[in-house]
Amino acid sequence: MSSNASKAFKNPVVNWIEYRLPIFSFVDNSLGSQYPTPKNLNYFWNFGSLAGITLGIMIVSGIVLAMHYTAHVDHAFDSVERIMRDVNYGWLIRYIHMNGASMFFIVIYIHMFRGLYYGSYHAPREILWMLGVLILLAMMATAFMGYVLPWGQMSFWGATVITNLFSAIPIVGDDIVTLLWGGFSVDNPTLSRFFSLHYLMPFVIVGLVVLHIWALHVHGSNNPIGIDAKTDQDTIGFHPYYTAKDLFGFGAFMTFFMFFVFFAPNFFGEPDNYIEADSLVTPAHIVPEWYFLPFYAILRAFTADFFLYAFTPISWIMSAKLAGVLAMFASILLLLGMPWLDGSKVKSSQFRPLFRMFYWLFFVNCIVLGIVGGKPAEGVWIYIGQATTTYYFAHLLFIVPLISRLERPAAPPDSISAAVTAKAKKVSLDRFNPAEPAMAPGE
Amino acid sequence: MAIKVKVFYAPLLAIFVISGAWITAFNVLAAGTAPQPPKQDWSFSGMFGTFDRPSTQRGLQVYREVCAGCHSLKQVDFRHLAGIGYSENQIKAFAAEADVVDGPNDEGEMFERPGIPADQLPNPYPNKKAAAASNNGKAPPDLSLMTKARFNGPDYVYALLTGYVDAPPELEVPDGGNYNTYYPGHIIAMANPLVDDGVEYQDGTKASIEQQARDVTTFLSWTAEPELEARKALGIKVLIFLIILTALLYRVKKVIWRDVQ
Ligand code: HEC
Ligand code: HEM
Repeated sequence: MSSNASKAFKNPVVNWIEYRLPIFSFVDNSLGSQYPTPKNLNYFWNFGSLAGITLGIMIVSGIVLAMHYTAHVDHAFDSVERIMRDVNYGWLIRYIHMNGASMFFIVIYIHMFRGLYYGSYHAPREILWMLGVLILLAMMATAFMGYVLPWGQMSFWGATVITNLFSAIPIVGDDIVTLLWGGFSVDNPTLSRFFSLHYLMPFVIVGLVVLHIWALHVHGSNNPIGIDAKTDQDTIGFHPYYTAKDLFGFGAFMTFFMFFVFFAPNFFGEPDNYIEADSLVTPAHIVPEWYFLPFYAILRAFTADFFLYAFTPISWIMSAKLAGVLAMFASILLLLGMPWLDGSKVKSSQFRPLFRMFYWLFFVNCIVLGIVGGKPAEGVWIYIGQATTTYYFAHLLFIVPLISRLERPAAPPDSISAAVTAKAKKVSLDRFNPAEPAMAPGE
Repeated sequence: MAIKVKVFYAPLLAIFVISGAWITAFNVLAAGTAPQPPKQDWSFSGMFGTFDRPSTQRGLQVYREVCAGCHSLKQVDFRHLAGIGYSENQIKAFAAEADVVDGPNDEGEMFERPGIPADQLPNPYPNKKAAAASNNGKAPPDLSLMTKARFNGPDYVYALLTGYVDAPPELEVPDGGNYNTYYPGHIIAMANPLVDDGVEYQDGTKASIEQQARDVTTFLSWTAEPELEARKALGIKVLIFLIILTALLYRVKKVIWRDVQ
């Protein structure tokens, strides 16, 4: 069904509009009964719609905050406190926006690890995946600039440390930093340009999400067994099946989200950010928000004696600081290459035991990187950070390409519906044979 | 089935275990050289917590009679005191005790007038430099957000106020410094502000150091989170609503998916 062919509806008003602007068939084709969706998606497929909802929540709460916020170094901190104290339900709006950022990253990280597990980046979804990585980068830029706005100690010192990184770039580095700051230190011009860009970036993200979903709808969703839908047997309409499932996911997510908003609103935050920025007092530990910690660990792993730096040609051409900055960006940009780094013909890890094992190692490695990022760079943490940084790149650059070309995956089922029926049979058999081992071989 | 269970629980388990270890480690680290402040039982903690009114009001008295000599509360206006149970007339009376510089008037002159409810609580020093100059070079910080600005804020403030002991003999306390068990680095510029019966409570409560510390900490927790009671009350309703809604949506999903095979 082509999306611009108008369609006959029962309601005459709907019909009148549809004839002139075929918006109803557009919706039906993209989120309605006419969008065929694999019938075997598990709950990890809820996180795409959750990401979209969270983006909406961030934009709405952010616009309301901007009505009361003052982007000036002398007033920013106090204006946020006015919102907390004197604006009706201002505390609610602010806590939603503050915790919403953490929720957004939780959802997106699950969404991405889902893609990595089920091989959703494989052909023909390469562009879809790459748009996702760009969305992640745009989210990071947005969150970083947003965190500066309340002008607390962590806002100020986080901004100082991170913007200073750009000075490692040869020749133009210092000019870039001056441009970012709008002067010679993080100050009022920095705050106003960050506010302006923080307001802009979410709409860039909306644009990227539109492209992302457009690309998704060309070939439809991947699914847990990673084989394409072949017949009508394999798919169900998005509506009502996945609208119902996504709504349930939405309810569960909001319960989780609102628990933090109402009962632990500062759980993800840093106490230091309730102290107004002071350029003369450096906090004891400058730590970025939790969602940046793995990348912060990679950045700091590059010291002059890190073997990846000292014993490789990298040390001939650049400083350790620059190497760290580049490694930090590379750790995200490399994900763009996943569709080609992973040469497997079979998408889903369910049929790739070796890949699956390394997937979990990579997952744990990312968490350890996050832990290291929150520690002061001293003692054993330096070595753990350097080991996990090495493994991060080894996984993407060597392990994935190698095992995808060496491993012989198990044979996936013939079709989605065959897999679903087999599973249903097995479940009903289990009921009659409770003695059967819980973990069937080969599953 | 087995696969599905594994896929679902392995990462969840990993996340819970690791983040638990992480948070514990983080708290220990944040405490730095000072010991963890002991956990106190606060009226305002927990999902149903509220500020104990008499304690909060006694805390305001301690603040006004002891701390206000050095510390500002610049996020708090007199009118906000309605939030801890003061009537309009009481607030007007409090405010009127303060001298507020206002102006310029029609002649272009600044003038002093008695405070009104819309004024901020008075700041003891005209600026930060003056504050530092009067306190051995360390300006007393604003206390409005103090309990949010430290890890385990209320426990920490209480521990700090009750944590003045004699310095260990091997340690030389510099001039203008004081030894405190819970201050990071132990040497704090603030002298022990509390003494037994330093204030006289109108409700007859015995004003021990611990009692004053507890009351002023409760008060400062209110100045840091004046929305706390409204937040928790609304939160309970929101969570109950969401849990019922989610349960219903789960039923709907089940019914709709019944025929999918
Ligand atoms: C004589 C002036 C003075 C009085 C009275 C006073 N303080 Fe302080 N206070 C200070 C100074 C000075 C500092 C800064 C200490 C430093 O940085 O070493 C301080 C710091 C603090 C801190 C911050 C400690 C930290 O972790 O940085 C708290 C909390 C505090 N005071 C609470 C109180 C309370 C509550 C009262 C009233 C019971 C009070 N103070 C009375 C002078 C005073
Ligand atoms: C604002 C952020 C994002 C939004 C709103 C969003 C939204 C969506 C939606 C609604 C879907 C369809 C439902 C689903 O499959 O879960 C989807 C699919 C997908 N997304 Fe995202 N996404 C975002 C970020 C990302 C990121 C950061 C990545 C990873 C790099 C990514 C990779 C993918 C992939 C590969 C698919 C197809 C998955 C499949 O069908 O198996 N997305 N996205």
